[in-house]
Amino acid sequence: MITLTLNNQKHQFDGDPQMPLLWFIRDELNMKGTKYGCGMALCGACTVHVDGNATRSCRLPMAAVNGKAITTIEGLDENNAHPLQIAWADNDVPQCGYCQSGQIMQAASLLAKNAAPSDEQIDQEMAGNICRCGTYPRIRKAIKQAAGEQS
Amino acid sequence: MSQSRLTSRRTFLKQMTTATGLTLGITLAPRAMAVAQADTRTGQLTPNLFVTIDTSGDLIVTCHRSEMGQQIRTAITQILADELSADWQRVSTVQATGDEKYGDQNTDGSRSIRRNLERLQLAGATAAYQLRMAAAKGWNVPVEECECVNHQVVHRGSGRQADYQALVAVAAGLPLPEEGQVKPKARKDWQYTGKSVRSIDMDAVVSGNTTFGQDVTLDNMLIAVIQRPPVMFTQAESVNDSAARKVTGVKKIISLPVATAPANFKPLGGVAVLASNTWAAMQGVQALDVTWSSNKHSSYSSSQEKKRLTNTARKSGEVVRKRGDVATALGKASKTLEATFYVPLLAQAPMEPPAAAARVENNHAEVWTSTQNPQAARTLVAEVLGIPEKNVTIHIPLLGGGFGRKSKPDFAAEAAWLAREAGQPVKVIWRREDDIQHGFYHTVSAQHIKAAMDNEGNTIAWHHNTVFPTISSTFSTEADSPSVGELRLGFIDNPFDIPNLQLEKGKAQNHVRIGWLRSVANVYHAFAIHTFADELAVAAGQDSRDYLKKLIGKPRHIDLSEDGAEYDNYGDPIDTYPIDTGRLLSVIDTVCKAADWDNRHAQKRFLGLAAHRSFLSYVATIVEVELDDDGRWSIPKTYVAIDAGTVVNPEHVKAQCEGGSIFGLSCAIGQITASKGQIEQTNFHNYQVARIQQAPRQFHVDIINTDAPPGGVGEPPTPPFAPALANALFAATAQRIRELPLPLTIKTA
Repeated sequence: MITLTLNNQKHQFDGDPQMPLLWFIRDELNMKGTKYGCGMALCGACTVHVDGNATRSCRLPMAAVNGKAITTIEGLDENNAHPLQIAWADNDVPQCGYCQSGQIMQAASLLAKNAAPSDEQIDQEMAGNICRCGTYPRIRKAIKQAAGEQS
Repeated sequence: MSQSRLTSRRTFLKQMTTATGLTLGITLAPRAMAVAQADTRTGQLTPNLFVTIDTSGDLIVTCHRSEMGQQIRTAITQILADELSADWQRVSTVQATGDEKYGDQNTDGSRSIRRNLERLQLAGATAAYQLRMAAAKGWNVPVEECECVNHQVVHRGSGRQADYQALVAVAAGLPLPEEGQVKPKARKDWQYTGKSVRSIDMDAVVSGNTTFGQDVTLDNMLIAVIQRPPVMFTQAESVNDSAARKVTGVKKIISLPVATAPANFKPLGGVAVLASNTWAAMQGVQALDVTWSSNKHSSYSSSQEKKRLTNTARKSGEVVRKRGDVATALGKASKTLEATFYVPLLAQAPMEPPAAAARVENNHAEVWTSTQNPQAARTLVAEVLGIPEKNVTIHIPLLGGGFGRKSKPDFAAEAAWLAREAGQPVKVIWRREDDIQHGFYHTVSAQHIKAAMDNEGNTIAWHHNTVFPTISSTFSTEADSPSVGELRLGFIDNPFDIPNLQLEKGKAQNHVRIGWLRSVANVYHAFAIHTFADELAVAAGQDSRDYLKKLIGKPRHIDLSEDGAEYDNYGDPIDTYPIDTGRLLSVIDTVCKAADWDNRHAQKRFLGLAAHRSFLSYVATIVEVELDDDGRWSIPKTYVAIDAGTVVNPEHVKAQCEGGSIFGLSCAIGQITASKGQIEQTNFHNYQVARIQQAPRQFHVDIINTDAPPGGVGEPPTPPFAPALANALFAATAQRIRELPLPLTIKTA
């Protein structure tokens, strides 16, 4: 039996321990904010926080999250008013929106570690998150805005 | 399957063959857009397909175009809320199902606004007129004295006012106005249209509260993942599914019907594993042991095709446009130049891989799918199930990107077919590997251009041959030559004022399914034409911007029929949307001013320029590059100037210019290749798309402010990017790039 906390709620799982966390979140909990994009940790659409660190849930087996605290986009801020969520809206970042949960979760992990990231640090941290709509310049701006408000 | 039915729905082919435009099927008369009169029990006002005023007086907008990031749901809401002078807080938007009654719903070709602005304005104005009539009746005053202001009708003389809630019941009982009685607002009175209104889906997106096709869940639903034939139109010779059946959660294994040529929008066939969760379905499909047959496509190889296409491009083709005498001019010229260009296959790779969920009961099907083409999905599902179209309902959740891939609804048919076979609801999930390996690819192309120069460096002859497997091959086994619908995309409409000009096309066979990708043939045509234009400028020893403007010539409207060319102007009238070189020159001037082009040498900046008309809009792009010590290039800034005529939401147009440019960057660095008939790439590690560190670090976008009729916006920013980048890299390295993908590192001597 695997036990974990997700958005401050306890959950148990007794299925295939090799099943990636992504499918536990999407299929078992029916929470759809975390997206499937590649299944190989190449695109970042599935990014969640595991004990505060941005992690690709599509490659993370359930066996590895026993006892861990998971945060998904739905749990990032109880009012959906995290500085990044506000900055994302202010800068009209999303186009189709599919990758944006992952982008925001990756950026939140960056700001938690580094309150004032440089352009290079933003690029480095966000390099694993693909956006086919090409919202990258606005993602950079929004991260900077949120960093400015946090500090 | 009824072949004629399918043929009639191929709007693309239809557009390719019809010279005159509008295929809306719905006129602009208020009555023609009307649905049944409002339900008197509910007292709602529903004067047409797009507008409902409910009993609380709130406006409910119906969006009939698919949302894939272009913010069409917001734009349509802006247009209708504007005509109704609605309070934005009292407006909501619902998504239409796929139904012919809406007119064209195929969300591609950058035509949502240009084909709908006027009719939606009229739809909104009609509802506003009904409300004004209701108030006028109650107050016993002429309707002309009543106007809509902030969700109320106001009587100008007396100042009396009534909320829409108080008027809706009466308005619902009034006859619809006659044609000509209703006029949309004057542009100066626009309240939402033309303004940068925030996306209506913003809150849902940033909180993860969105439903895309991949996210749809139905009761008692199985998840299906499909192993499709690795080579187009091959079939399973043997299937050993014993290991797959042992995977916990796997419920059913079902073989799909074998696909035969032509591809159309049909499913490719294969073996489906249906399971209680996605992971089990994925594990199950990996455990399948399938032996596939081979066919004539099994020897297809990209490296051989490249040679073949390139050779064909260098030979004479079939002339499709001719002016003057190219051969004589080339023979007498003081200087000639020639070059061959090559652009590989590409995959659209939207972030959301294709997906569809279906429920089929009692000869009725309900399908939820992220499709750009809801009516084609409806037709195809009906055909595959052998049921009437009226028994099929297509719901359209948000699309996680489309870029042309989701114009082909094969995945909707897979889900419907499997749901019927399984006897329970099924959601088909395409893995990224399925998306990359079994797509409808942006075609591979080769082009050859020869030019002649006089003593002053003027280009006096231009001879251009284009060769590529055509999209038409997806619909016809005989199609082996570029279609009018593809030639019109930046080739036959070449805007250069060169006295001797000859355009040709050559034959090529398809070996994979060919489809649309954002801006389609404009990608490779703009790449060849604009890198070669830069090459000519260098050969003439002249400034690239000045030379490009000289090639384009004086501001004028181009009549391609003078050169014997067949041209349908993206299906819209040439009088309304001329090929206007003045507008093309104007975006060039604007972008050059923004980028400080004239001082680039002094500032030691490396800039590349391209300017291209597509989808009835004009875009000029300047890419600035810098190189590090290892020759690795990056893009500090990109400048875009767009003239798309009337725009509904400037901020979202700007976003499309940024995103369309970055999509163009992906087109310049990615490639799909085949070996032994199979696609070699599988996922984002070997199919390269632009990531944040490769994207321009800054953008400057100028939107030319004009009241010209709206042009396209989603696609036009893509074509000029790759040639502008290649020209910038030439400026920085003196190395000319004529093939894509272009190298990420360029060593200079």
